[in-house]
Amino acid sequence: MKLADVQTILNTEVICGREHLDTEVVAVCGADLMSDVLVHSKEKTLLLTGLTNIQIIRTAEVGDLVGIVLVRGKRPGPDVIQMAESKGIPLMVTSLPMFESCGLLYRAGIKGCSELVVAGEL
Amino acid sequence: MNSEQGIALEYELKGGDFEIAGEASSKIKRVLQQIGVRSDVIRRIAISSYEAEMNVIIHAWSGVLKARVFPDRTEIIVEDQGPGIADIDLAMQEGYSTAPDHIREMGFGAGMGLPNMVRCSDEFAINSVAGQGTRINIVIRHS
Repeated sequence: MKLADVQTILNTEVICGREHLDTEVVAVCGADLMSDVLVHSKEKTLLLTGLTNIQIIRTAEVGDLVGIVLVRGKRPGPDVIQMAESKGIPLMVTSLPMFESCGLLYRAGIKGCSELVVAGEL
Repeated sequence: MNSEQGIALEYELKGGDFEIAGEASSKIKRVLQQIGVRSDVIRRIAISSYEAEMNVIIHAWSGVLKARVFPDRTEIIVEDQGPGIADIDLAMQEGYSTAPDHIREMGFGAGMGLPNMVRCSDEFAINSVAGQGTRINIVIRHS
């Protein structure tokens, strides 16, 4: 699945990183605890979160995540958007809540992080 | 690159400065990418460095984050001046945290920082003196 498919399934608005919509999404992680994201996510993971602070961008950068979808229609501040742009991290917003967002992506065939075994990964 | 000398990086950290929290780890990551370290190894280094950096921002007054990049390994050394850790064994337990609510609202303080550093590293050492500060040494091998 690509980020463009996620955009369609969750009917997201793309805040920044439109040029990265053909990036492959291997797994999805839905969480508001960034340390949990760092523990459980793999490379090429999409983050679904209800947080809108600058640490979501840092976490995506450090964890090599492919992008972030903000759930429940939450909008990030200009500082967060600016950092996402500077780090090349796609940022989208969906009006759907977390559970439904995760459910729709899972039904579409995307895997959770625990189901994914990547060679050489933790 | 001299194998004994390595590349030395050093960043000052300030407690409570969440605006630039993570910037040091971001810079270390970029250097590792430039010299061609394997991406899964970079990820482990960046995650452990970021967790250590966030701990200083959250808990300490000031600190320094140093990275020494050798051909076969990267060493991360984080030293802070702060309250220290009274009970290290307790702090190493997953889920244990002394972070206040406003930190948890930012998505941190889940009690996963130290266990995550251990998980990502090949060698991990922590020393702390209550009322003075904490020092963490992490070694991650490149292969």
